[in-house]
Amino acid sequence: MATPTLDKADAAGTPEPGFADSPYITATFRIRRFNPEVSGEAVWEDFQLEIDPKERVLDALHKIKWDHDGSLTFRRSCAHGICGSDAMRINGKNRLACKTLIKDINPAKPITVEPIKGLTVLKDLVVDMEPFFQAYRDVMPFLITKETNEPTRERLQSAEDRERFDDTTKCILCAACTSSCPVFWNDGQYFGPAAIVNAHRFIFDSRDDAGEQRLEILNDKDGVWRCRTTFNCTDACPRGIEVTKAIQEVKRALITRRY
Amino acid sequence: MKIHKYDTVIVGAGGAGMRAAIESTKRSRTAVLTKLYPTRSHTGAAQGGMAAALANVEEDNWEWHTFDTVKGGDYLVDQDAAEILAKEAIDAVLDLEKMGLPFNRTPDGTIDQRRFGGHSRNHGEAPVRRSCYAADRTGHMILQTLYQNCVKEGVEFFNEFYVLDQLLVEVDGVKTSAGVVAYELATGEIHIFQAKAVIYASGGTGKFFKVTSNAHTLTGDGQAAVYRRGLPLEDMEFFQFHPTGIWRMGILLTEGARGEGGILRNKDGERFMEKYAPVMKDLASRDVVSRSIYTEIREGRGCGPEGDHVYLDLTHLPPEQLDAKLPDITEFARTYLGIEPYTDPIPIQPTAHYAMGGIPTNVEGEVLADNTTVVPGLYAAGEVACVSVHGANRLGTNSLLDINVFGRRAGIAAAEYSATVGHVDLPEDPAALVVGQIERLRASTGNERVADIRRELQECMDANVMVFRTEQTIKTAVEKIGELRERYLNVSVQDKGKRFNTDLLEAVELGNLLDLAEVMAVSALARKESRGGHYREDYPNRDDVNFMRHTMAYREVGDDGTESIRLDYKPVVQTRYQPMERKY
Repeated sequence: MATPTLDKADAAGTPEPGFADSPYITATFRIRRFNPEVSGEAVWEDFQLEIDPKERVLDALHKIKWDHDGSLTFRRSCAHGICGSDAMRINGKNRLACKTLIKDINPAKPITVEPIKGLTVLKDLVVDMEPFFQAYRDVMPFLITKETNEPTRERLQSAEDRERFDDTTKCILCAACTSSCPVFWNDGQYFGPAAIVNAHRFIFDSRDDAGEQRLEILNDKDGVWRCRTTFNCTDACPRGIEVTKAIQEVKRALITRRY
Repeated sequence: MKIHKYDTVIVGAGGAGMRAAIESTKRSRTAVLTKLYPTRSHTGAAQGGMAAALANVEEDNWEWHTFDTVKGGDYLVDQDAAEILAKEAIDAVLDLEKMGLPFNRTPDGTIDQRRFGGHSRNHGEAPVRRSCYAADRTGHMILQTLYQNCVKEGVEFFNEFYVLDQLLVEVDGVKTSAGVVAYELATGEIHIFQAKAVIYASGGTGKFFKVTSNAHTLTGDGQAAVYRRGLPLEDMEFFQFHPTGIWRMGILLTEGARGEGGILRNKDGERFMEKYAPVMKDLASRDVVSRSIYTEIREGRGCGPEGDHVYLDLTHLPPEQLDAKLPDITEFARTYLGIEPYTDPIPIQPTAHYAMGGIPTNVEGEVLADNTTVVPGLYAAGEVACVSVHGANRLGTNSLLDINVFGRRAGIAAAEYSATVGHVDLPEDPAALVVGQIERLRASTGNERVADIRRELQECMDANVMVFRTEQTIKTAVEKIGELRERYLNVSVQDKGKRFNTDLLEAVELGNLLDLAEVMAVSALARKESRGGHYREDYPNRDDVNFMRHTMAYREVGDDGTESIRLDYKPVVQTRYQPMERKY
């Protein structure tokens, strides 16, 4: 680690009653702290907790914030992997803190928690999401149709056509994929996997008429061709989207102009 | 302090806020303020579907839907509003499809529909397929589709701007909206948004319960902002407990699981809902199912070593059906419980889910200052509001419908209003209340901590005003909340900074929860009957003679500064349907 570790080990309170055989373990959370109001340097800080390993990393962060250090700052909302607020780098891998159980990430060793990479850190685990959302907006992420007269009822779509883009509709814009991508780390101009996933969602929607425009946007020097197929994004996606496959399908569509 | 001037300001960017924004941006200069990012809103957690009598898969019509909504709400529903909801449902679904929403499809390519609790054919004959859905992530698809269309329309968002105060001024003796005061999370700066029209669409307040399906951020901010300025809150005693939350965690498992054929079972494996609702069985309305679950648990037929939950059994459904129709909730069971739903039943318990009550509005979304008077320039839609289309108990899939129908209506009404009037002058020192509140919290050296008070509040609410209530338990809650409110005056935060001070934010949110918890408990204490989600063991029957009326709670401040809650009542609008005994 490049920066010193502040050791502020502090035993948490007694386990909550109500659990039959005490499932509690002692785990160390090593958290990357940064607050420019205090210091321009980021530091690691250790917190030791008595915690049920079946709990989420988010629960541990809450325990720290609520019972030890109120200044620990992170985003979260739904706490079950739907809202996409709490993507962070846990033990070196991008995950949602609310979908990661402590038992699944080897709590015998200190668990490192850092902000996602490639976006400016604003405070502790909070990063500037604006460049990420700008890339999303740039791919025109909305249905575009050429019909002159809107149908009175719904447009028809076969179950097979609906299935073609099902995977990419699951995206929650958490940025876990984009901020796990080495190309994005090196060059923030790259659209990044999430924007391509959201372009894919419309390119392969049989109701949409703007596939060509979106493909041209992604044909840009900062577009899909920058992808080096490292599969980091697919590994990182908390929704299980086959991100790399979606990017490959967009590349193929650019070559064949069929989608 | 910065001052912004807009025609229309929308508070909240979930389904209702963004549906309103799409209309309002086309007609007026609009700003949308959210304390999150739009796509983080809790609309995204809704799963099962959106009701509309499209009749794509079987015979159905909006009148049946209206009846089910009125009956589901235990006749406390305003029937004119329910009729609008059911009629406009059809266009609301078709509008979303045209905006790009990827609904599941029938073999004919039309929008597929499935069964849901309380929705029936011909006034209760049998379950009907009325819920339009996209797997078990319909809310996610609605939130994404609305956000996509906001991007398309160029809606102007102020992300991570937390609205703390509603500005009201007297114009010709009438309380009129002048704008809102917001706190910018990134910088700690205070912003005044002067606006001709303000729409609250800031969602629910479920976080005053411990076991809840609600996000951490659902702290009743909009309700609290208007309530503190003397405007009433309607029917706050009515809170919905969704039958199937993940045991202890409260994470929602959609009613669509039962719509697809899932069955609730007690420790003996018995399908107990047959006893309580012979026709609709597991698809009875949520209040009925939640009470049945707790009755099983209380009578010793709960599951597990402590007998404190029951099972949602999906094991008889084909794995392909679970993968196609219920992929998210089956994954929740695997992730959070380590359970494989193909082969094992899922432990569940009722979870605090939805506030039927809220800021009273008429069917145009206009906020009411009393039983009849509109507050010019003030609107509300979605869970924050009470129209009232949900009455004493909301039907599943009617909330995604509500946000679309009444979000749209409020967006149009607000923008049309702001096109006809000028800005109202801001009151003198508009930020005074908020600045005082923030400075007090930041400077406080008190020895009370936010997390402690919030924990005690949540435990008190779960223990005393959940599915079963009595005068004794509610009084216990009122007393405890009063004590916690006192202690809250001594709360301090550790983070004294300006930048992303979520410690401070949580302290403000707790203040809102405490205010609203008190309104809920006081309203519940006065309602000496059982109706929908409000069940009094000491008054187990519905009492239409004395309580067929909406509760209106007002905050009153005495000359000596003491606060109290004054309760008043508002008549229920009845059109077609006479109250009947409610059976499923």
